[in-house]
Amino acid sequence: MLMESISSLFHGFGILADPVNILYMCVGITLGVLIGVLPGLGGANGVAILLPLTFSMSPTAAIIMLSSIYWGALFGGAITSILFNIPGEPWSVATTFDGHPMAQQGRADEALTAAFSSSFVGAFLAVIVLTFLAPIVAEFALEFGPAEFFAVQLLTFCSFVGMGRESPFKVLAAMMLGFSLAAVGMDGVTGTLRMTFGTVELMRGFDFLIAVIGLFGVGEILLTMEEGLAFRGKSAKINMRVVLQTWARLPTFWVTYLRSAAVGCWLGITPGGATPASFMSYGLARRFSRNRQKFGTGEIEGVVAPETAAHAAGTSALLPMLTLGIPGSPTAAVMLGGLLIWGLQPGPTLFIEQKDFVWGLIASMYLSNVVGFIIVLTTVPAWAAILRIPFSIIAPIILVMCAVGAYTVHNALLDVSIMLVFGVIGYLFKKLQYPLAPLVLALVLGDMAESSFRRAMLISQGEMSIFWSNWLVGLICLLAMIMLFWPLIGFVLDRLNTRKPAEML
Amino acid sequence: MSDKHDLVPEHKPGQSERTVSTRAMELAVAAALMLVAAVVMSDSWRVGAGWAVDGPQAGYFPFYIGVIMFVASAITFGVHVLTKAPDLSNFVDRSALLLVLKVLAPTVGFVVLIEFVGIYVAAAIFISVFMVWLGSYSLVKAIPVGVAVPAVLFWLFEIMFLIPLPKGPLEAALGY
Amino acid sequence: MTKHGFKKSLVSMFAGASILSIGVALPDDARAWEPTKTVEFIVPAGTGGGADQMSRMIQGIVQKHGLMNQSMVVINKSGGAGAEGFMDVVQDKGNEHKLIITLSNLFTTPLATGVPFSHEDMTPVAMLALDNFVLWVKADTEYKTAKEYLDAVAAAGPDKFQMGGTGSKQEDQIITVAIEGATEADFTYVPFDGGGDVAAAVVGGHISSSVNNPIEQVSHWQGGRTRPLCVFAEKRLEVEGDVPWGDIPTCEEAGVPMKYQMLRGIFMPAGVDQEVVDYYVELFKKVREQPEWKEFMKSGAFTQTFMSGDEYKAWVANAAEVHKKLMTEAGFLAK
Repeated sequence: MLMESISSLFHGFGILADPVNILYMCVGITLGVLIGVLPGLGGANGVAILLPLTFSMSPTAAIIMLSSIYWGALFGGAITSILFNIPGEPWSVATTFDGHPMAQQGRADEALTAAFSSSFVGAFLAVIVLTFLAPIVAEFALEFGPAEFFAVQLLTFCSFVGMGRESPFKVLAAMMLGFSLAAVGMDGVTGTLRMTFGTVELMRGFDFLIAVIGLFGVGEILLTMEEGLAFRGKSAKINMRVVLQTWARLPTFWVTYLRSAAVGCWLGITPGGATPASFMSYGLARRFSRNRQKFGTGEIEGVVAPETAAHAAGTSALLPMLTLGIPGSPTAAVMLGGLLIWGLQPGPTLFIEQKDFVWGLIASMYLSNVVGFIIVLTTVPAWAAILRIPFSIIAPIILVMCAVGAYTVHNALLDVSIMLVFGVIGYLFKKLQYPLAPLVLALVLGDMAESSFRRAMLISQGEMSIFWSNWLVGLICLLAMIMLFWPLIGFVLDRLNTRKPAEML
Repeated sequence: MSDKHDLVPEHKPGQSERTVSTRAMELAVAAALMLVAAVVMSDSWRVGAGWAVDGPQAGYFPFYIGVIMFVASAITFGVHVLTKAPDLSNFVDRSALLLVLKVLAPTVGFVVLIEFVGIYVAAAIFISVFMVWLGSYSLVKAIPVGVAVPAVLFWLFEIMFLIPLPKGPLEAALGY
Repeated sequence: MTKHGFKKSLVSMFAGASILSIGVALPDDARAWEPTKTVEFIVPAGTGGGADQMSRMIQGIVQKHGLMNQSMVVINKSGGAGAEGFMDVVQDKGNEHKLIITLSNLFTTPLATGVPFSHEDMTPVAMLALDNFVLWVKADTEYKTAKEYLDAVAAAGPDKFQMGGTGSKQEDQIITVAIEGATEADFTYVPFDGGGDVAAAVVGGHISSSVNNPIEQVSHWQGGRTRPLCVFAEKRLEVEGDVPWGDIPTCEEAGVPMKYQMLRGIFMPAGVDQEVVDYYVELFKKVREQPEWKEFMKSGAFTQTFMSGDEYKAWVANAAEVHKKLMTEAGFLAK
């Protein structure tokens, strides 16, 4: 089977040798980076918008271009997160936690290099899994029902939440605010309207992206303004040497890379999505790192972990789409529609009947990842140079981009005003030390977790025992509990360790 | 870099920097969160906050989320009322607050303007005004930037990606 | 691909359809009205779903074959189970450059949410097709016919079997309720976010059955993982190709006296001239003639009924009545 995969892969590279396909790949990556940089205009929207334009191409060329857009968007999402604290994509929220502080310290180029390199490694590891384990791994995805999904969401939550320096009551209040906002709109399980107070505008609920653009992006500009400063990273020296210096440091994080890639592949395949993967991976890195105290202040490992996981998840999300027709991410859902439009039926038969297509796509993942990496890496100095633009020029441009981004999420003007309100909330919360991360995580996971939980309850008719009814769901729930009580467990372990030597004396 | 265009709080001697105390803001935000929590609880109660035979009702989770939020904020509120060493420091200096408002006010204006003239014209005005007013650039510098950014956005969204953004009379006159 | 063709497709990629289609303006003098600006195509559902796929398919066909002198943009307005999209069209009276594609939420959403809109507030343009629903179970279960399965469900008593579907108080749940009305069976209805998730849940054994659309399950069926029991259509599906759709009995044949098909149709705002409507009817007729559309109909096992004018209006009015009756009986009306 190994040899078969390898020979199929070479066959795939043969299809790619067509220069037209290579060109589509480059165009796709460039467009994707652009889409990723523009906040609000996510990979899913971008692919959906360009889908009809790929009509006149062959399916292979079309999917190569669309998946290149996808990779490009994954790369691009990190750029604005690091430079301006505005996550271009939901999965780069966790990248802002340490990426933006690095930029503020004049280390934007270092953060960008780390982000791009980690994305590259994450995607590369995921493609290898895809190439050699596709059929086995696809079966695993079927094991996941509502109870298992809830367990995964619980695990994401438990591994991310930990007590920081803030008041625990403020952490709780912020988190609950996130959950409340997530509940606004139509309840997916009973179709009941919650907290819409009779307005059609509120029915779409509070989108995670709009909240994040406001809380992080606009809030950050207001804070910067208050301090009367330009963006502080402007004096950074900009050259390609930083890239090499950063690379020299990255191998020391090999454990983080492997752990994050594993988390990413798992959540991409099952399919939990890139956003929970990035949060979970960041949470795990913070929990197990030797430098955990420094997380949130510009620790390079805090950029490596979420980016690796997000890219691994984004890549492996294509696997259940191809083999089972289950989209592992919103973007994959749109691409799935694309497959059907081109007359290809995803599913177990695709790998047999459409060899050219499947292996052309997999080979293109290898190549477009490398090409994309080179493209974005060469632009690091250019991106970092944006920080040299005086604040009074760049600030209104950023605010305009934020408004455009907030609008494009749902094509709704009210969302722009909501974004501005979130900006003020972000400013107040930051000044009063209410943490924003739990709020955002609750907003992104709240809805999903509640739906999975209630779905599981419907199936079991209200029996909680469904959460330990088989080894898989039981194991994930157990892991979640371990993660939740890790600070306590760590404390006890530390005690035991220090007491032992003392007793020996 | 052209530092004269960057903003620095101006301290005018003799003028008080006093606005509100941090404690007052803490109380205000905690009270606001309690209010939000109360709204969440009441609406969840309306849609049903019980545990039916087949699992939680639509309002079950939001209701208890509201309860936790209310209690947590009430504790924050109480702590700041009862504390013996209240944080009476200034929440934000007057000059700094003015700078924040100087950004916030035009941004609010920009968002309101979108409704009437569309996002592109509004952006052009917003960027130019911001540069002249806050960055002390001359109009000769501000207008080209103000026009170029929306022009690029127009090309990107309306022509390349075919995403319609809010447009006003100018675009309509041009046939969009 | 020739160098020229390659350049051309690049141009079309960057400039959208406008450049391509300007060159192919149709020399048809009989047509008085033509769009003078970009036509907005509203989808009252999220990206990636069935309605979204169909609208983007239409957008692509219109662009590729230059069927319109202006371009068409697809806009998703999915809030409140599509209420947002419908309200946008209802409130935009007289706009000649706006279309909306409907699914069953045209009928169910106003009833379930109380948002005030109805098909009467819009101008009907054309019915493009009817989407079918099939009752699916996992392939390794012993149920070979719909009757066997539903008898087993009835014998087990209430809430022992689960029926999965997309959304709440929408077409899938209505079908479930209708099945329960027509037989002794009593299901627990489990709502999911999308048809792909429902299909996978059946394959994974997390739920007992589903009423997926053909396109969502065909690959699992052909891969030997699921089994179709009956189709909720008036007569058996007539689809050319390798997939034996015609072998699936109708539910009525299988002893479950009920049918349901979902409208895939086009509406536009009220208060537009008849010649505008005529233009779009002609446009969709042309879309239906393209090979890509035919292929799409085949892969999705759609029933290819086309209607416009009074015939379409009457069909919609009747469907609205049927939905109102089903929703009322199920107790799904907004309080």
